[in-house]
This record gives sequence, structure tokens and C-alpha cells, in this order.
Amino acid sequence: MASFPLFLPQIQNMTRVIKIKQGLDIKLKGKAERATNSVEAQFFTLQPTDFVGLTPKLLVDEGDDVKVGTPLFCDKGDERIRFVSPVSGTVSEVRRGPKRLLEAVVVKSDGKFEPLAYEFGAPTKEGITQILLETGLWPMIRQRPFGTIAKPDDRPKAFFVSAFDSSPLAPDMDYLAEHFPDSLQKGLEILNLLCDGKLHLCIHAEKTQSEVLLKAKNVTLHRFSGPHPSGNVGTQINRICPINKGETVWFCGLQEVINIGHFFRTGSLDFSRIYAIAGSGLLHPQYIRTKLGAAISALVENNLKDDHQRIVSGNVLTGKAVTENDFVGFYHNMLCVIPEGDQRHELIGWIWPGFKKFSVSRTFPSGFIPNVLHPDCELDSNLHGEERAYVMTGEFEKVFPFDIYPLQLIKACLVGDIDLMENLGIYEVEPEDFALCEFIDTSKTDIQAIIREALEKLRKEAEG
Amino acid sequence: MIKNLRRFISKIKPNFTEGGKFAWLQSTFEAFESFLFVPDETTKRGCQIRDAIDLKRTMIFVVIALMPALLFGIWNIGYQHFKATAEAVSFWQTFGFGLFKALPIIVVSYVTGLAIEFAFAQIRHHQVNEGFLVTGMLIPLVLPPDIPLWMVALATAFAVLIGKEAFGGTGMNLVNPALLARAFLFFAYPSVMSGDKVWIADQPDAFTGATPLGILANGGTDIPDAWTMIWGGVPGSIGETSVIAVALGATLLLFTGIASWRIMLSVILGGGLMGLLFNAIGANEYMQLPFYYHYLMGGFAFGAVFMATDPVTAAQTNTGKWIYGMLIGILAVMLRVINPAYPEGMMLSILLLNCFAPLIDHCVIARNIKMRQKRAIVKPKTSVQ
Repeated sequence: MASFPLFLPQIQNMTRVIKIKQGLDIKLKGKAERATNSVEAQFFTLQPTDFVGLTPKLLVDEGDDVKVGTPLFCDKGDERIRFVSPVSGTVSEVRRGPKRLLEAVVVKSDGKFEPLAYEFGAPTKEGITQILLETGLWPMIRQRPFGTIAKPDDRPKAFFVSAFDSSPLAPDMDYLAEHFPDSLQKGLEILNLLCDGKLHLCIHAEKTQSEVLLKAKNVTLHRFSGPHPSGNVGTQINRICPINKGETVWFCGLQEVINIGHFFRTGSLDFSRIYAIAGSGLLHPQYIRTKLGAAISALVENNLKDDHQRIVSGNVLTGKAVTENDFVGFYHNMLCVIPEGDQRHELIGWIWPGFKKFSVSRTFPSGFIPNVLHPDCELDSNLHGEERAYVMTGEFEKVFPFDIYPLQLIKACLVGDIDLMENLGIYEVEPEDFALCEFIDTSKTDIQAIIREALEKLRKEAEG
Repeated sequence: MIKNLRRFISKIKPNFTEGGKFAWLQSTFEAFESFLFVPDETTKRGCQIRDAIDLKRTMIFVVIALMPALLFGIWNIGYQHFKATAEAVSFWQTFGFGLFKALPIIVVSYVTGLAIEFAFAQIRHHQVNEGFLVTGMLIPLVLPPDIPLWMVALATAFAVLIGKEAFGGTGMNLVNPALLARAFLFFAYPSVMSGDKVWIADQPDAFTGATPLGILANGGTDIPDAWTMIWGGVPGSIGETSVIAVALGATLLLFTGIASWRIMLSVILGGGLMGLLFNAIGANEYMQLPFYYHYLMGGFAFGAVFMATDPVTAAQTNTGKWIYGMLIGILAVMLRVINPAYPEGMMLSILLLNCFAPLIDHCVIARNIKMRQKRAIVKPKTSVQ
């Protein structure tokens, strides 16, 4: 009988594990402690700039009273797609940038979280789309290619949910899932109904332990192993159901699935979020429970080591540098705080052995055994060099787990050759898939920006 | 001290930025500043953290890898000279003589090349790329010790202008600039680049200083023994003679992962394959030469380690690198044995394959493209829709 518990994992391993070989785990200092504190943030926001290619149409004015679910703005191209307030209270500010670009609608919370009332019957496919659009839950579903909000009338060939995050300092998705097991299962059911194709739930072969995920119903379960970006939905789509020209695949984050499930389970909207607040620039890395789009000042209050820190909404590889006056991005699960790296001048730094430096290059000691020399490394925002022409080859392939030639695709994007980009597989990638390439790039180029610009060019071409 | 230096540089920096007195020297200033201090630039968008590697460190490591070949080459210049004049001298005299010959060549190569690079960077408002740090060292190492300095300057200028800047600068060039410099001299001034008289500095007239390849090309078989060619005490270009010194450099390049092991290995395999094939044919004495002798003679080892592996001009796909390397090895040995006009085939075969590398990559990538197109056509039939 003693061997029985050992027997179980063996059964689990009998299903195929998709091994990701190319990639890199960057183990940074300051992982969030597994303890959740609630924070009563005052200000919440929705930022149109979080959504790729969105032209917003403002629906509220400063001073308006809103409830959870009141539309703040909608998509000018498809007014059914609405963006709703995550809290109840009053609209305290409509932030505009250069050329009166709508940057953010800020809502001051009254702390009551009163939701709008909805009525709906048993969910059908069309019904679910309608409900998701009305409640403002729809923008949580995104599509590939282009990374835009899914088009309600499209018929995607598959739906993907990644149930683990392999990026540096990422929140433990198991831990988040266990907070809302019922909503998560309900959400998966709903999304399964929504999509014609299969709903693929991707878990980590060893790290995913949560029963909710391991025993999820109405899904096709896939096990992945290997370094980052094994947890990126792009990697998973590429391995299971690669996107060809003209096809779309939808995807959704785990916390978003929970929000959707919660609504269909209880009939009331709740935009709860558990954010991992992590990084070496913090005094107490932790998980914080609040609502979507919370003000960063509230999340890092009395927790920064000093003023000279880089705050990142999202993970350090793909996130956005923000200030304390900003808000967490719509799709982000975490805040990272790392030291700013602008105040060092190392004399002839290109020659020193650099025992303290983190690199995959074996010109540094850490290139040989990164995880031994740097079990927890403290990286800052220094660029460690200047932009140069592409010289090295064969480097990106080591961290890029697609059957795509990365350097050639990047160069095709730079020259704007649409045919070549299509041939080389541009539809299968998003900037985040190139984040590790950008990290290790000897020539210090902004690869993610290059890919985004190319994708936007293609998207505008496709939409006419 | 360091802080004072940093303060001084920060103080004079405004003069070299837009609107300053010396704005026309901006690229030059920035090149020297970033040479002294790692820039304090931070990430702006995309990745918020970056790997510690940069191009400067990469290039410096290649230069370090060239040091054994350079130091041995300098000593060998003296060694060959005093051997020819039959003088008995000390180690330092030997080395000193070599240094006296080699240093001017290195200085001329660097000064000419960097001047052009800095000028172009300024005109294009670019940063100065570090590529020439390596090229400037490679050029002297592939030239004979007695080369007139003006020729070094001319060849370097030709290589950098026509070989590199005309194509758009670092990273865009089609052929290896250092080899182009050598090829330029080889075809423009054959009298100083070939024959029996150029490989030993200040050679006495009565002495024949043919390289092993030169002896073989003229139908001779009286080449030095294998061990001498391994340690390198034979006439030849400054940096190419010692296989041991080149192997030390190769070790560093492979250890740090800067150079492609695929290319090095495939060049050696290709050369060996062709050598074995000639052994099997065995039509003349050159063909009967043990295949591994090709590794030891001339610039085979140097070319395989430092020239063929130049990432810009080599094939860029991993599969392409195998094909590219194999062909270099095969062609180099074929040229040596069959073509009587050129005793050394390594330079020409690398230059030729540099030109073909984009084609090789094109074919490799075409396979990937075809796979993707095929998938797109097949998929809709089986999909759920």
C-alpha cells in the first residue's frame, strides 16, 4: 500500500509531455511569498492603450457615477465590444495624451463593488457571446495573429488557456487557481461552449499540482515541460495547433477565465485579481488581492526599497515600464520592481571576468552554469551596451522554440517585406515570443517593437 | 582616479554632442567613451532586463583568441630570418626582430581601417561598430612579413570601403574584409604575395624560403616534417604557420561559444574527406600526401578557425553552416592539389563560399517555407470546421 501514492504520478506521466528544449529560465531575486494580502486601492482604471489596435469611443464623463459593469468606453470599430468599470464609484479623471489620445479612464472606488444586474437563461453559443459582450468580459478573450481582442463573429480553430507562467518571477498559477476553483471550472465550461474547435488547457508536467487544473473537465489537457517560454500561449499554440494564414486561434488568461466563470456561476460581475508583486526592489514581495486595473501606488505603498526603482507592469521580459502614478495593465498578472541601472560607469567593463553578471554567453562565468552561480540574480534595467548591427548568428535559435528562423523573420520585418514575413511564419508569433531573443541579443536591438510594428502593418493591410 | 576620469569625460561630453564645438567628432567620442566605460543606458521598451553580453566583449574575445597566433607569428618572423642568415641569436633578439617587422603592419592596418570606419559612422550618424577590432588584427596575420606598408594601407582601405561600407557597413558585408584585403593584394601585386621570396623577412638572395604548399605546387615533395608544421617553424603568412597557436585560439572561441563549432568541424571534415578521396585516387605524389597534412600546411587551420567562422559572411542557419563548412574544406583541398596556379586554396574557397552563403541559407529557409505552405493547404480538410 505504501507504494500507492508513488503510483499516481506515473499514471499522469503516461499522457504525452511536450518538451520544450529551447529557452531560458531567468531566476530573479524577490519571488512573491505565498501569502495574499488584500489592499483597498482607491483608484482603478481601464487604459485603451492596453489593447492592440483599439480606437476607443468614450462613454462617460468625469464625475459620472458608475457601477461594476458600467461601460466606460467602447471600440469605435465594433461598438458591441465594451470596456466596463471594474469597481463602483465615480469617474474621477479622463486622462488624455498627445493629440487628445484617450489614455485612461480613472474610477474612484466607493469600496462597495455594487454590480449592475443582469438576467440570462441557460447559456448557448450565441447567448454566451452576447452576454460576454454586454458584461464587458469579452475583451478578456484575445486572438492570434495580431494579439487583438477576439472578433465576436470569427470562428476560431481552437481556444487556448495557459495554466502556468514560466516567465521570471511569475505568479504561481496553481496558487491563483486554488483561490477560485469553482469559478475556474465554470469558466472553462463556458469557453468550451463558445468555441467550435477544442479548448486546450496547457499545464506544466511537474509544477502544476492543483487538482482544479489537473482534473479540469470539458478541456483537452496538454502537459508541457522545459524552460521559459514553455508557459507562453504562443509556444503552446505552435506545438499543438500552429496558425496558418487566414486562421485564428483565441486565447485567454487564467484570471480572466475565473472572472468569466464567476459571472456565469453567480450572475454578478466581479473583477477580482490577485497580483504577484515581486522583484529585488521590494521589501516584501507578496501576492495582493484587489480588482482589475488597480493603482500601482496602492500596491507598492511602503514596500519600495528606495525611490530609484524600475516598476514594471507585467513581467520583466514583456512588461511596460510605469510609474507609481500609473495602473496595472489589463492583461497583466504581476508587478515587478527592479533597480534602475542608470548610475553605473564600469571602467572597461568589456574585459572583466564579471562574476556578478548574468549572461547566457560563456564569455562570462555565469554562461556555463547560470543557475549555480546565480541561484537568484539581481538584474537591473541596464542595457549593458549599445545598439549595434546584427553580427552574431545562431544565438536566438537557442531560446526560440518555434520552427521559425528568428533572425531571418526579424530582418524581413525590418525591411517590411510582407510576402517574406508571411512565408517565414509571422502569423504564428507575437512580440512576447521574441522576448528572450531580445534579452540575449548581443546587438541590443528592440526586437519586440520590431515584431509589433510589422504585425500592425499586416493587420492594417488585412483590415483594409 | 576612475571617478575623476569619469567626471572629466562627462564634463567634456557636451562639446561632442549636437551643437557642440566638436559635433563632427561625435561618433569618435562616443566610441572612445563606451570603450572606457560601459554606457549607463537603460532599457526603454520591451525587455526591461538585458543579458550582460555586448558586441564589444564578443569582438574583444576574438582578438584575445588571435593573440597566440600573433605572438608566435612575431617570433617566427625572427626565427625564419635568422635561420636564413644562419645567425645565432637569443630569444628576445628573435622576438624583437619580428616585432620590428610586424608592429608597423598592425598599426597601419588599424589606423587605416578605423579612420575609415569612424568617418563613415559620423557621416551616417551611427555608432562605431566593433567589427574592425577583429578585422584590423586579421589583416596583418594573413600577410607575408615583408609586405610594404603602403600596400597594407591600400588593401585595408579597399577591403573596408569596397568590401564593407559599400554594402552598408558592419553586419551587411558579403565577403570577409580581411580575406578580401589579402585577395586584393594577391591579384594586384602577385610578386609580393606569392613565390619563394616573400615569406621570410629580409631574406638573403641565396636562400629559398618556399612554404610547404609552394614546394608541393612546384612538384617538389621535400616539405618539412609534420611536427615542424604543427608547431609552426615554417615560412608563411605571419599568423598562419603554427597549428598549435591557432588551436589555442580555437579553444577559446569554442569554450566561449563565440565561433560556430559547426563551421569549424565541417571545414575540417570537408578537407579531410577531399584529402582521403585524393589518397584513394593517388595519381601523383601530391595526391598521395596523407590527408591530415592539409590541416597542417598553409592557412587551413587559421582559415577554418578565424575566417570561415565570421558570423556575418558565413551561412546563418545551422544546417547552412554544415554545408558551407564542408564545401570550404572540400574546395580548399581541391584547389591546392589540382590547380597549379594557386598553391593555397583556403583563401579563395572561403571567399567563394562567402558569396554562396546567402544562396545556401536561401535553400535551407525555402524548405521551412515549403513546410509552412504545405501545412496551410492540408489543414482545412482535417480541421473541425
